[in-house]
Amino acid sequence: MAIVVFSGELQRFTGEERTRVQALRYREIVAELLERYDALTEENLMDMAVAIDGEIIHTPLLETVGENSELHFLHRISGG
Amino acid sequence: MSEAQEFKYIGQRTIRPDGFDKVTGRAQYGADLNLPGMIWGRTLRSPHAHARILAIDTSRAEAHPDVFAVVTFKDFGNVQSEKINAGEGAADMLDLARNCLADDKALYHGHAIAAVAARTERAADDALALIDVKYEVLPPVLNVEDAMKDDAPILHEDQFTQGYEETPSSPSNIATRVEMKIGDVEAGFAEADVVIEREFRTPTAHQGYIEPHACTARYDENGQSMIWCCTQGHFDVRTSTAKLLGLDLGRLKVIASEIGGGFGGKTVVYQEPVALALSRKAGRPVKMVMNRDEVFIATGPTSAARLKAKVGAKKDGTITAMQGWMAYEAGAFKGSPMMPGVMTMYTPYDCANLLVEGFDVVLNKSKVAAYRAPGAPQAEFAAEMVVSEVAEALGMDPIELRLKNAAKEGTQTIYGPKFKAVGLVECLEAARDSEHYKSAVPEGCGRGIASGFWFNIGGQSSVLINMNTDGTGTILEGSPDIGGSRASMQMMAAEVLQIEPSCLKPIVADTDSLPYSEGTGGSRVTFATGMAVIEAATNVVTQVRERAAAIWNVTAEQVDYADGVATNTAGEDKMTLAEVCEAAKKTGGQISGTGNINARGPGPGFAVHVCDVKVDKETGKVDVVRYTAIQDAGKAIHPSYVEGQYQGGAVQGIGWALNEEYIFNEDGVMENPGFLDYRIPLASDLPMIETVIVEVPNAFHPYGVRGVGESGIIPPLAAVGWAVGDAIDRKVTELPCSPPRVLSLIQSG
Repeated sequence: MAIVVFSGELQRFTGEERTRVQALRYREIVAELLERYDALTEENLMDMAVAIDGEIIHTPLLETVGENSELHFLHRISGG
Repeated sequence: MSEAQEFKYIGQRTIRPDGFDKVTGRAQYGADLNLPGMIWGRTLRSPHAHARILAIDTSRAEAHPDVFAVVTFKDFGNVQSEKINAGEGAADMLDLARNCLADDKALYHGHAIAAVAARTERAADDALALIDVKYEVLPPVLNVEDAMKDDAPILHEDQFTQGYEETPSSPSNIATRVEMKIGDVEAGFAEADVVIEREFRTPTAHQGYIEPHACTARYDENGQSMIWCCTQGHFDVRTSTAKLLGLDLGRLKVIASEIGGGFGGKTVVYQEPVALALSRKAGRPVKMVMNRDEVFIATGPTSAARLKAKVGAKKDGTITAMQGWMAYEAGAFKGSPMMPGVMTMYTPYDCANLLVEGFDVVLNKSKVAAYRAPGAPQAEFAAEMVVSEVAEALGMDPIELRLKNAAKEGTQTIYGPKFKAVGLVECLEAARDSEHYKSAVPEGCGRGIASGFWFNIGGQSSVLINMNTDGTGTILEGSPDIGGSRASMQMMAAEVLQIEPSCLKPIVADTDSLPYSEGTGGSRVTFATGMAVIEAATNVVTQVRERAAAIWNVTAEQVDYADGVATNTAGEDKMTLAEVCEAAKKTGGQISGTGNINARGPGPGFAVHVCDVKVDKETGKVDVVRYTAIQDAGKAIHPSYVEGQYQGGAVQGIGWALNEEYIFNEDGVMENPGFLDYRIPLASDLPMIETVIVEVPNAFHPYGVRGVGESGIIPPLAAVGWAVGDAIDRKVTELPCSPPRVLSLIQSG
């Protein structure tokens, strides 16, 4: 099962720093998290990038993760 | 990729493809397009920092014989609140519209109120004086302390602080509050033998690009529109302008002119939608060019910030806890780069206990825009100053302390993932081993060192490579070239095609010619657009092998391609790239390769700078006497351009540290909106910036590229700040280290 690690921002909604998910596809991971945490909304996650095993991906809609992957949601950076 | 590769063209110092046009004056910048029948647009700006707009009467201006059109906010149509991509902070389309032309309130001195298009610039200026605006002047809020008070005048009655467990019921100037943490800082500080805590301030600073914002817009009778402008992202100009004016994207073409500097400041629109609105109303092309005053007062500088930093360490130099607090000025609308400030503040350190809290605060100054590593220089200034003070307190060399605690592969970042391979340790070692650092500090001087971190980004990039019948080609990219990227695109395509870079002409194509590309920012272009170029060139090679195979009646798998020559491995045949392209009409038409990607896996960038300064103790004037910039490029595609980025970042950071600041009077009017009084460093002010390119490849790029445009502006604030303090035996806590401030510190005893 992949591990999802929540940023400080998201921990306000999840109440915990990390969890494990059954799903391996991003969309299904999001659905699983929304099901698990009442305070978490799709909007909380929609504007965030993810890092899957250290690789930062701005638009993760079609991503998949491995059984032992580590997934972080993080603020989307633009730069100057 | 992770291993060192052998390259034929990557790493050479080729002649830049845009050089001749620039040195001969042929290059066409934002103000250089003139069209038949063109008229001039000028902007009426608020004389007040905070005022309710009770009425705007444009009738006298409209009656002026040379005036063709006057526009106000109402000409934007029905703009809705909608999140948009406009830099670091959360941005809103309605805020963007209200920044381009004020709605019911003027929120800063210089805020655009109305615009006029007239036969000449002079007539347009005259007509501005005929617009009657009735204001109810309100008290301005000019610093974060005042803006965060419970009884502060509120800029936006519909803004409620986000980021608390429960959203407050009263409106606030604090748009957002964020907290990020790892571990337990209280426990970490309890373990420490030394704890240093200080508070810092950094000023509002402008990007200082030499070319003012300029555009020419034309709205045609058939509803087709065109904007020519200097911008870092012409696709985003198209999106913003089309939304503000209610246009279909397909009816608006935006052409990016040559650009005379941006550094993040040209990632948003100011007068482009206004010029097109004027053109639509006037039925003529409209040119608008800001003067320098307008650039300073009405475009986005970077945030002034108030920061606190607290660091604890054991006697052996192990850092046990790091804590930070910051409040960033957003200007008139939410969306300061506070978030990346929180994310970067302590990222150069591998520390188990971190806590950083940040606030995004609106006040009556122009809305901030991105500026090279937005938000990071302020936050890392505070962090680096305190880390150097910890080293001093422990009697440790500041580089050794940083090496002992440096972020490296596997380090857990405060913002999420663990690092893959990064080059901070290599940069610190290069600094330690440099001739500069090993040399004695000159008599009467001070020395500072500091590190800096920036994420770098990927994102959407589109590229088309069209091959000609003689084997030359054109690279169309969607990324405006603000830092030499055409040269690096040319070299990466040449590397794949195995032909001389000069055989390939890189151009920045307009929005009609390519699919969407994100703007040039986040040090993304050589990384992300470079990957699109590699994909497009690889696509060309695939077609070359297929075409040669068709001619030889073999399969494509039986054709090798190397050194610009296709070889039939099943026979003796060979064809050069030019010969395959010449024969293309017989094998299916001309060869063209595409690369449309959303690049992932940007490589974090670290920099370490060493600075020596001399301080005139009678006047407080600071001279940088020696400066070395060391940075991890991943792979330097064109080393001269990489060095140029290091030097440019260092010089901008030095300016920020030494002299640059907006000075406002009590009414919120900027008193120094010009380069005589807003002092950026000149070449004659500084020594040659020495550079060291470190190359720790980014595993997610085919050639190992990281971005190099931004990290270099981060270390100078603390490197210079600490060096000044070292020279005068004081602690610098506020930038810039301008002569009056340094003299005051010296005299403080």
